[in-house]
Amino acid sequence: MTKFVKGNEAVVIGALYAGAEGYFGYPITPASEVAHKAAEYFPATGRVFVQGESEDAVAYMLYGAAAAGCRALTATSGPGFSLMQEAISYMSATDIPTVIVDVMRAGPGLGNVYPEQADYGQVVHGGGHGSYRCIVLAPGSVQEMCDLTMLAFEKAFEYRTPAIVLADGQLGQMMEPLRLPKEEAKPVDTAAWATQGTQETRRNLLTSIYLDAPAQEAMNLHLQEKYRKMDRAFQRAELYRCDDAEAVLLAFGSSARTARSAVDALRAQGVKAGLFRPITLSPFPIDALLPLAGKKLWTVEMSAGQFRDDATLHLAKAGKLAEIGLINRMGGMLIAVTDIVRTVKEAL
Amino acid sequence: MDNVLETKGMFPVFRRSGSETRTTHYCAGCGHGIVHKLLSEAYTELGLQDRTVIVNPIGCAVFGYYYWDVGGVSAGHGQAPSMATAISRLRDKAIVISYQGDGDLAAIGLGHTLQAAARGEHMAVFFVNNSIYGMTGGQMAPTTLIGQKTTTSPLGRNPATDGMPLHLCELVNSLRLPVYVERVSVADTARIMQARKAIRHALEIQRDRKGYTFVEILSPCPTSVGLKPLDAAKFVIEQMEKEYPLGCLRDRSAEAPARPEPKPWVRLADFFGDDGREAPRHEAAEVKERHFKFTGFGGQGILSLGLVVADAARALGLETTWLPSYGPEQRGGDAQCTVVTSTHLIGAPAVEHPELLVVMNQAACGKHLHTVRPGGLALVDATVRVDPAEIPEGVRVVQIPAIDIAAAAGVPKAANVAMLGGLIALEALGIPQHALVEALERSFAKKPALIPLNKQVLQAAIDHCRHHGLAGELP
Ligand code: SF4
Repeated sequence: MTKFVKGNEAVVIGALYAGAEGYFGYPITPASEVAHKAAEYFPATGRVFVQGESEDAVAYMLYGAAAAGCRALTATSGPGFSLMQEAISYMSATDIPTVIVDVMRAGPGLGNVYPEQADYGQVVHGGGHGSYRCIVLAPGSVQEMCDLTMLAFEKAFEYRTPAIVLADGQLGQMMEPLRLPKEEAKPVDTAAWATQGTQETRRNLLTSIYLDAPAQEAMNLHLQEKYRKMDRAFQRAELYRCDDAEAVLLAFGSSARTARSAVDALRAQGVKAGLFRPITLSPFPIDALLPLAGKKLWTVEMSAGQFRDDATLHLAKAGKLAEIGLINRMGGMLIAVTDIVRTVKEAL
Repeated sequence: MDNVLETKGMFPVFRRSGSETRTTHYCAGCGHGIVHKLLSEAYTELGLQDRTVIVNPIGCAVFGYYYWDVGGVSAGHGQAPSMATAISRLRDKAIVISYQGDGDLAAIGLGHTLQAAARGEHMAVFFVNNSIYGMTGGQMAPTTLIGQKTTTSPLGRNPATDGMPLHLCELVNSLRLPVYVERVSVADTARIMQARKAIRHALEIQRDRKGYTFVEILSPCPTSVGLKPLDAAKFVIEQMEKEYPLGCLRDRSAEAPARPEPKPWVRLADFFGDDGREAPRHEAAEVKERHFKFTGFGGQGILSLGLVVADAARALGLETTWLPSYGPEQRGGDAQCTVVTSTHLIGAPAVEHPELLVVMNQAACGKHLHTVRPGGLALVDATVRVDPAEIPEGVRVVQIPAIDIAAAAGVPKAANVAMLGGLIALEALGIPQHALVEALERSFAKKPALIPLNKQVLQAAIDHCRHHGLAGELP
């Protein structure tokens, strides 16, 4: 069945089909419709909805939910995500799976409610304290708001680590047709580690304190090994018209939608353009990007170049020094297809 | 008081890393050991040990899980009530305990403490109040007594600069949902007996699914208060109990209703009415993408007009995006939305140069008319003055009295529907009339009584256009 819904609603539908048992919410534009729909759908289907008193409280509610072995989620936007960082660090250190959706708005500070992608740094690099990072998925359509929320649950529980769905105001607010998932995810068995209030799980303990430095280091090494495993096994990217491309735009989320239009417009004008769209921002899909390193590259992004700098670094670590151009807007201004086309044509 | 515990409900060998001892990590004369013992006795004797989950705080009791042989979780600072909330909501058979000290519960966590209490969460909070931060080195806490010396109030707590002590039981007791609130002490044997009763009673209330309980336990901290164990106990009795009188502030356990059993899950396919059928997909070899923009001010139904068009297109199996303006301008200022329909996957949902622009007020005309692409159409309400000099080359402007047509029919709010009539008459959308009318009807699914009147407005606008010879396809 197809429903015509906002990206924010698609998140809730994806979470339900992923087997989410609880939604813990706090309002913030442009993510609030996620909480609105969750408040409607979760209780009506026998699940739990709680409005917390702040984003930090909500993030700890997620920690509590996952500690009890349950699938739960929340959605927020930049300022709220900043407040959740402490709990995300705790959850990462405790091998706790959870899902948080960040519907980015413009910043820094209070900013405004229009789309930006400048939470990239704080989300992709694990913005809290300590050497951790999360799984980060970047949907590019309303359908993916649903599908990647489901995937986020699957991978969070597979690796036992927080997974973030990094969207933006445009993806959250726009409506597109959504094909409902075919089936509901099977419940996962968490008795081996969770504290469920049962005899079987009575001896389970979830903590992140290691008073001895060697033990704390071992715990850090364990995390890094987990991230290496993720890097090897779970990179995703979409390539659009890249095969014969001379100019390749790198973009995620709603910027990738704009970039896709720009690619078509450039092709119509005889320019061999392509689009590289990371679907996993962490793990970074370096394997798919590496073969494009010799082409003319630009990122198209709504930030000062956080994604560009990261892509440059990933290529450099893989042994390719590439100069990546930056086509960007900030403050909630949308990137115009015509600006991308002009920039690329001028450079070629 | 010694610091060796021997109690049921605790680990036979404390799970202290690398240590095989039954000595606790607490200082000699610390009240925590006693409270730990009373708590483990209570959950064991009540037969609740397997079902108990204790959220361990930050503070001296951070290692409570060394001792309690129950499910253990470590909280962030002050966040034990948030975590306990989620555990208790999702595992309704669990006995959920939040064990916290005064820095954790009353300073950084005060908000979360009161919010969980206000929500009446099903949890037992045990609040160990020793008037000072222990673990971090004897700093002033919200519960530090007036004049009490700490490492951050070296001259004694001065109300003029440090404020007055917080009374947690009294704060919690100001809320409606807590079931049981009592302050006890573990400074001597008689007091310990009363504390034992209170702790047990709180767990009975959890067992009986009655609701939120808050037990504050005044407790000696010889190390940080800087007294010998016996003097620290005397300090609790002679000084702390003056500021924080012992006693039961509330016990509504007899009359409180038990928490209902959770509802069963509803199958999602049933909930969403998913019959498993897929919508038709519009197949076309040639890509045809159309870009529409709807503009006016908030309250004119701009967003819903765009939505009806988008819904009609997607029901035909076209790829469709609808992107609204959102945020502050929704409330009375400019309103606009863009709709893109295509036979193929759509790139940007934002529209720079629409082939169709709908304008319903003067401001939108000035802002958007110049963006219409050559060969495009602007459908503008008749109340808007269009300066011919501002019409871009090759753009056709059509004006219809949509606002007047709706007002004449007695439904001024339906001016957007009159505009839709204009779009139908002009065949401006490339979407058949029946699909648009069906989408219009769907948009009134919650107020079906309004459908006939709106369809009347729609027809009036179509008739107006035909009468004035305003018809024909988009160039
Ligand atoms: S510092 Fe105080 S509260 Fe902490 S263990 Fe020592 S006596 Fe107990």
